[in-house]
Amino acid sequence: MNFLDYAPAPESKAILNLRNDYGLFIDGEFVDGTGTPFASISPATEQQIAMISNAGAADVDKAVAAARRAYDTTWSRLSGSDRGKYLFRIARLVQERARELAVAESLDNGKPIKETRDVDIPLVAAWFFYYAGWADKLEHAGLGPNPASLGVAAQVIPWNFPLLMLAWKIAPALAAGNTVVLKPAETTPLTALLFAEICQQADLPPGVVNIITGAGDTGDLLVKHADVNKVAFTGSTAVGRAIARSVAGTDKKLTLELGGKGANIVFDDAPIDQAIEGIVNGVFFNQGQVCCAGSRLLVQESVHDDVVDRLKQRLSTLRLGDPLDKNTDIGAINSAAQLKRISALSDIGEQEGAERWSADCAIPENGFWFAPTIFTNVSTSHRIARDEIFGPVLSVLTFRTPAEAIAKANNTPYGLSAGIWSDKGSRILAVADKLRAGVVWANTFNRFDPASPFGGYKESGFGREGGRQGLAAYLAPASTKADARTDTPKISARKKAAQ
Amino acid sequence: MTSTELATRERTLSLLGGEATDSNLRRYLHGIPGVDAVGLEQRAAALGTRSIKTSSKKWAIDTIIGLIDLTTLEGADTPGKVRSLVAKAITPDPADPSCPRVAAVCVYGDMVGDAVRALGAAHTTPAQPGINVAAVATAFPSGRASRAVKLADTADAIAAGADEIDMVIDRGAFLSGRYGEVFDEIVAVKAACARPDGTTAHLKVILETGELNTYDNVRRASWLAILAGGDFIKTSTGKVSPAATLPVTLSMLEVVRDWHRLTGEKIGVKPAGGIRTSKDAIKYLVTVAETVGEEWLVPELFRFGASSLLNDVLLQRQKLATGHYSGPAYVTID
Repeated sequence: MNFLDYAPAPESKAILNLRNDYGLFIDGEFVDGTGTPFASISPATEQQIAMISNAGAADVDKAVAAARRAYDTTWSRLSGSDRGKYLFRIARLVQERARELAVAESLDNGKPIKETRDVDIPLVAAWFFYYAGWADKLEHAGLGPNPASLGVAAQVIPWNFPLLMLAWKIAPALAAGNTVVLKPAETTPLTALLFAEICQQADLPPGVVNIITGAGDTGDLLVKHADVNKVAFTGSTAVGRAIARSVAGTDKKLTLELGGKGANIVFDDAPIDQAIEGIVNGVFFNQGQVCCAGSRLLVQESVHDDVVDRLKQRLSTLRLGDPLDKNTDIGAINSAAQLKRISALSDIGEQEGAERWSADCAIPENGFWFAPTIFTNVSTSHRIARDEIFGPVLSVLTFRTPAEAIAKANNTPYGLSAGIWSDKGSRILAVADKLRAGVVWANTFNRFDPASPFGGYKESGFGREGGRQGLAAYLAPASTKADARTDTPKISARKKAAQ
Repeated sequence: MTSTELATRERTLSLLGGEATDSNLRRYLHGIPGVDAVGLEQRAAALGTRSIKTSSKKWAIDTIIGLIDLTTLEGADTPGKVRSLVAKAITPDPADPSCPRVAAVCVYGDMVGDAVRALGAAHTTPAQPGINVAAVATAFPSGRASRAVKLADTADAIAAGADEIDMVIDRGAFLSGRYGEVFDEIVAVKAACARPDGTTAHLKVILETGELNTYDNVRRASWLAILAGGDFIKTSTGKVSPAATLPVTLSMLEVVRDWHRLTGEKIGVKPAGGIRTSKDAIKYLVTVAETVGEEWLVPELFRFGASSLLNDVLLQRQKLATGHYSGPAYVTID
């Protein structure tokens, strides 16, 4: 027998206890939406998982009103340590239900169970634990004594890390004393709805967390709602721009975490085997559907051939297939639309003269799949070197000197992440200093920690998530908040409404 | 010099660009790309999460047994203890005749004769593959003796009928940068492995990675041992902690893979010491298969140096066959 054809080792779906239909989670209850429900499917099989409610304008109003009520009557009045208790409770429940959440995430998103089990869900718990600890220490957030919460936060998150992005948004918002209305992506609402159950289980006061599902128009209604004080969005640069336009001229605070085209720079003195692992992890983790993916490989000319050879050999060992199999390295692409975009950009890469190589792996019949692909002979002017592909596609470029590496790495409208591979510490520090990217990893890639701020430069967005900086995004200095209260007529109107 | 020795020397000269002096070796070994410890350990941990089930597990269990160097290396070893070990090597599971035999028994040099006699017809002969006798030599485990003593130690074991020699490198010389000395010693021991009939015992070079301390050192020592003509590189004596670890073994496998890319020659790897459970051993199989390829999972190219591992593997084997776990009373102590 062939040992490397490991026998199937599927994670059981029996742990899931899903409903056939999910409502909107508003004011602590699941309620039906006014829009036409839609199906959430598994991208690996295209089979329906559940029917999901669709929130219309009236539902968004209801959710924001519930969040406002909860903010005014309970959450903003709780002591920090009491808010912390709820967050710690949520974190523990996430840990208790980790296996279930991991299976649900793999099923709904298409990413391999080993990633949801070992990365996504542990990080979700870590994020809640981290911000739970901040809840009673806000005076150390860097905004002076007694910083004030903002109010109601409207949060719209993407489909690539559904539950993790939820944690990045909800944990700091609640710790700071805000209430939230969150809209998960249309293709991946499942874990957000399981999270709603966790909020019920944790006895979180009704209205503190509201989760509304729907497509882009629901998100649009939410971020444009007059009664939200903070908008946080993670997703594409195009939508981010539209949101920025819509909040311009209002007093809403805004955080945007958008696209990227991260450069992974490999110097000739790099620890080569680990660099190969880092390149693979940088662009094939989560099928490359990562905003901070290292999708541009900048490799020093003197080691280019060796690196590409080793990379191809390594990619040939990746196992593509059933996301729920514990040995799967590459899962399904999240949606047909995304697959189309990846295929289209890859075809353009070929037409523009880059050399395409894909790992030889069997593609399942149903579902959305794309074999790990690398392009060599890529020039900086090629579209595959400039556009965010958001798929398992790596563009390989070369450089001769550190100065050229820095210039090429910075030659992008984005600025979210970068990686440096070298055995020489002084070079790592010197190069990192000149890279215009929010996160620079040295001799590693795609490592996350709740204590470390994350965010972008240029078209990759603004504001930071994670760490003290991520907390400050949901706070205002005490005096500013007082001014806003007296000066803004909108707020007095709201007070009347509450009476 | 035999023709293989000549070929080894020629290749070394061309790779180093000169004789195997301290400075030439230093230039070569320090030009090898470094190892990032965090990344290496992360990769090893990831390989450790592979889930090996049902038919794959069954194959893995039998393969592990066939790759074991069943070992006794105690000051208290006696001919009786060695006979008992050999009996276990021949019939690992008395209740199941289909159970494969181990690859070799590994003993101190003065026990080689007893092991050979005890094996009898089960011993490897030129005509018939069987169980090998491996002898630790060169003032094992410390290696602190004169070159003459080490060579005599080796020659003794060969004369007594050893098929494989597990030598230790001079870690002191390695750590103080006297690479030429380490190199020459391996070459000399390899020459001492020659038998009168022109054949040569297989040479495993023990790096004692626990004393080398850094992965960069492990990698350099691996290259050095292979350049000098070692047939196998082996992690540890089992007398120093830490002994074999997955990251160390992974790093050595990467060297073996690179050597194969460079020369087309296949070198063996033997993690030894500290591997006690089937679960751990399966992680090593996965690491071998995904780093150098499945063709390395044969006794000529991969071994486990272990004693207690065998019984845990046998318990797992019985469980796969019967569907339930038995207990330590259902496997034999050797």
